[in-house]
Amino acid sequence: MSGHIVPKKTYYTIFLLLMILLAVTVLIAYLDLDHATGIGGLNIIVALSIAFTKMMLVVMYFMHMKWSNKLTWIFGGASILWLVIMLVITMADYISRGWVMFTNR
Amino acid sequence: MWAFLVTEVMFFGGLFLAYTFLRWKHHDAVVAASGHLDWILGGVNTGVLLVSSLTMAMAVHAAQEGKRKATVNFLILTMILGAVFLGVKAFEYSHKWHDGLFPGFNFHWIENPAYAGGAEMFLFLYFVMTGLHGLHMVVGIGLVAWIIKRANRGDFTPEYNIPVEITGLYWHFVDIVWIFLYPLLYLIQPPHH
Repeated sequence: MSGHIVPKKTYYTIFLLLMILLAVTVLIAYLDLDHATGIGGLNIIVALSIAFTKMMLVVMYFMHMKWSNKLTWIFGGASILWLVIMLVITMADYISRGWVMFTNR
Repeated sequence: MWAFLVTEVMFFGGLFLAYTFLRWKHHDAVVAASGHLDWILGGVNTGVLLVSSLTMAMAVHAAQEGKRKATVNFLILTMILGAVFLGVKAFEYSHKWHDGLFPGFNFHWIENPAYAGGAEMFLFLYFVMTGLHGLHMVVGIGLVAWIIKRANRGDFTPEYNIPVEITGLYWHFVDIVWIFLYPLLYLIQPPHH
């Protein structure tokens, strides 16, 4: 809601990047990174990193966050911060109770 | 609008938390159940939503420049793409029902019985998460229809186009939810399995 008009070319570029990242997401799923590298959970880490990047592209450019005021940034950041708090603290609690195991499979 | 979207993040966040726990606790069952989802249809739908986000961004752009015809056309395109997404989703749902993979009412797990519980929970989460996402799509299509009516009436000018922009924000948010749902639900195990 900034009133800033973003050039069409920017939208096309972002769209192209999003489609490439979608292809990479599918491609990555084909590869068993966990076994290939010995790093447990690498597949999901890479998949979520790509999804996060796609989200940032949509938020920054399609949703005009890049040209928005500080208050908008605080709201957007807060949503991620509280989501992370909920996920991390809940799972830390479950691990400490032994409901799930924190080990490499 | 951004404040509303923050509440939406928390709304879907609870489901993502449930997903995290289930995937951690019943990993093998989740992998087995996820293999029943069609990654091609899911991928096509992801593409459809990404294109719809582009057309929505172009609609906002046209509204900012005061181009009424272009605004309406891009909004109609966005709406059609949203409908295509829901059509594919309905096709997927009916297949799950036919395959006996609908939790509670029609669930017949014929593979490793040890995975039956976890698999049913996973498919339950699949239907709840994609169902709520689909409901958001229906709302989004309704909002776009309303904005098309207003744009056609000539309500928007380069000075006043906030309703178009806000509808766009909502549409992009729903797109983002799917960006996460696709790899988390469909791509848990390599597609060739």
